[in-house]
Amino acid sequence: MEKSILPKKKPMQKSLKARDNELAVTNKQLQILDGGPFADGELPYFKDKIGEIGHFPLRPKKLEILQINVGYMCNQVCEHCHVDAGPDRKEIMTRETMQLCLEVIKNTGAHTLDLTGGAPEMNPDFRWFVEEAAKAGIKDFIVRSNLTIIRANKKYYDLPDFFKKHNVHVISSMPHYTRGKTDKQRGDGVFDKSIKALQELNERGYGMPGSSLRLDLVYNPSGAYLPGDQMAMEKDFKKALDEDFGIQFHNLFAITNLPIARFLDYLIASENYEDYMYALVEAYNPAAVANVMCTNTISISWDGWLYDCDFNQMLDLKVASKVKHIKDYNEDLLNDRNIIISQHCYGCTAGAGSSCQGTVA
Amino acid sequence: MANSYYDPADLRKFGKITEWSEELGTKFFDYYGKVFEEGALSAREKSLIALAVAHVVKCPYCIDAYTKDGLQKGITKEEMMEAVHAGAAIESGATLVHGVQMMNKYNKLSM
Repeated sequence: MEKSILPKKKPMQKSLKARDNELAVTNKQLQILDGGPFADGELPYFKDKIGEIGHFPLRPKKLEILQINVGYMCNQVCEHCHVDAGPDRKEIMTRETMQLCLEVIKNTGAHTLDLTGGAPEMNPDFRWFVEEAAKAGIKDFIVRSNLTIIRANKKYYDLPDFFKKHNVHVISSMPHYTRGKTDKQRGDGVFDKSIKALQELNERGYGMPGSSLRLDLVYNPSGAYLPGDQMAMEKDFKKALDEDFGIQFHNLFAITNLPIARFLDYLIASENYEDYMYALVEAYNPAAVANVMCTNTISISWDGWLYDCDFNQMLDLKVASKVKHIKDYNEDLLNDRNIIISQHCYGCTAGAGSSCQGTVA
Repeated sequence: MANSYYDPADLRKFGKITEWSEELGTKFFDYYGKVFEEGALSAREKSLIALAVAHVVKCPYCIDAYTKDGLQKGITKEEMMEAVHAGAAIESGATLVHGVQMMNKYNKLSM
């Protein structure tokens, strides 16, 4: 057989942490982000760029979203994962920390609760936490589900019913509407399992036109390039998923991959890092700065620490506030802080901007 | 001065051509930007046309740029390769259709 010039499919990897990769040390990542073309003066530092339009230091607006990461354990090991999640990650939120979160959820001014991971469903107290949190009557209750978890094991098969019962807003990752692109980023078989899971969610009413059971998809590029126009991508996804599989969903969020953790490792290993940073800086959109998600979000880690966003959580950059842990949570004090930034932040201000809810500008 | 004619890093300096001729450079980039906006043709369709032309004019910068642009727009590799074949077919057709000129000349000169 002729030898293909295409890269071979990689076996499921381990996390950077399990591989003792030097990028598992967050300081190393921050050094890289401060060095290279930024240290050489070829590209401007993010603080200088936002300083040009009077946004440095970056300050929060009204808190709207509480994002809780209930653990880094995941059934998948996606090549681009900024969490460095995987089956080998044992960091899991305890019920005790969840209790502290529930107190905050009951009293917060935020209108959205956003549970993420890892695969949040793998936390053994996930269902208990959702049941309790749902009682707080928060307006928009999001669970970020990777879809394959629903088909991963019998004990997860009833998740669509569970989500429906608690009126959970499901946001799921779907790298592409073709099998090849999806499996390359997320692993073999991910596409077929995701399609099956989406069909099951549709059967419960999720994602159907006019349905109050919200099902949104997240698209992020499978490589060293930025996402295209969110509206155009949504149109393509809707057409292809409907024609090929009869699948419906509400909105598509196009999210830029930020140069941290496994995606940073990939960029460096594939010699794309410098070009990617140039692309991010070139696509810098001042209009996106005012609405970056760290201005309306607090991110809580599995062990209760507080961060400006999920990315800063993975870089271990805790909030610059007297209040750093959920046990001392105080929304007024927290809102009076400077947001910690570095060059990865260019990922959220590129093009139409990027956040966990898609574009911002 | 680089010791090769093409340097991938030059692509991101493309905008600098405006520094030596601001009016013409600016007019070109305004035109260029407008051409690739959504119109009667979608931005996606135009990206594939640009990719095909990039191959026909054998511009490594353009191939670099429009492969990336295609990925950003969710264009698949099968679509990209078909576009390249469309360009290649026109290019080889353009060569072969001159065969008629050759045949005409041959016939004219032959008894």
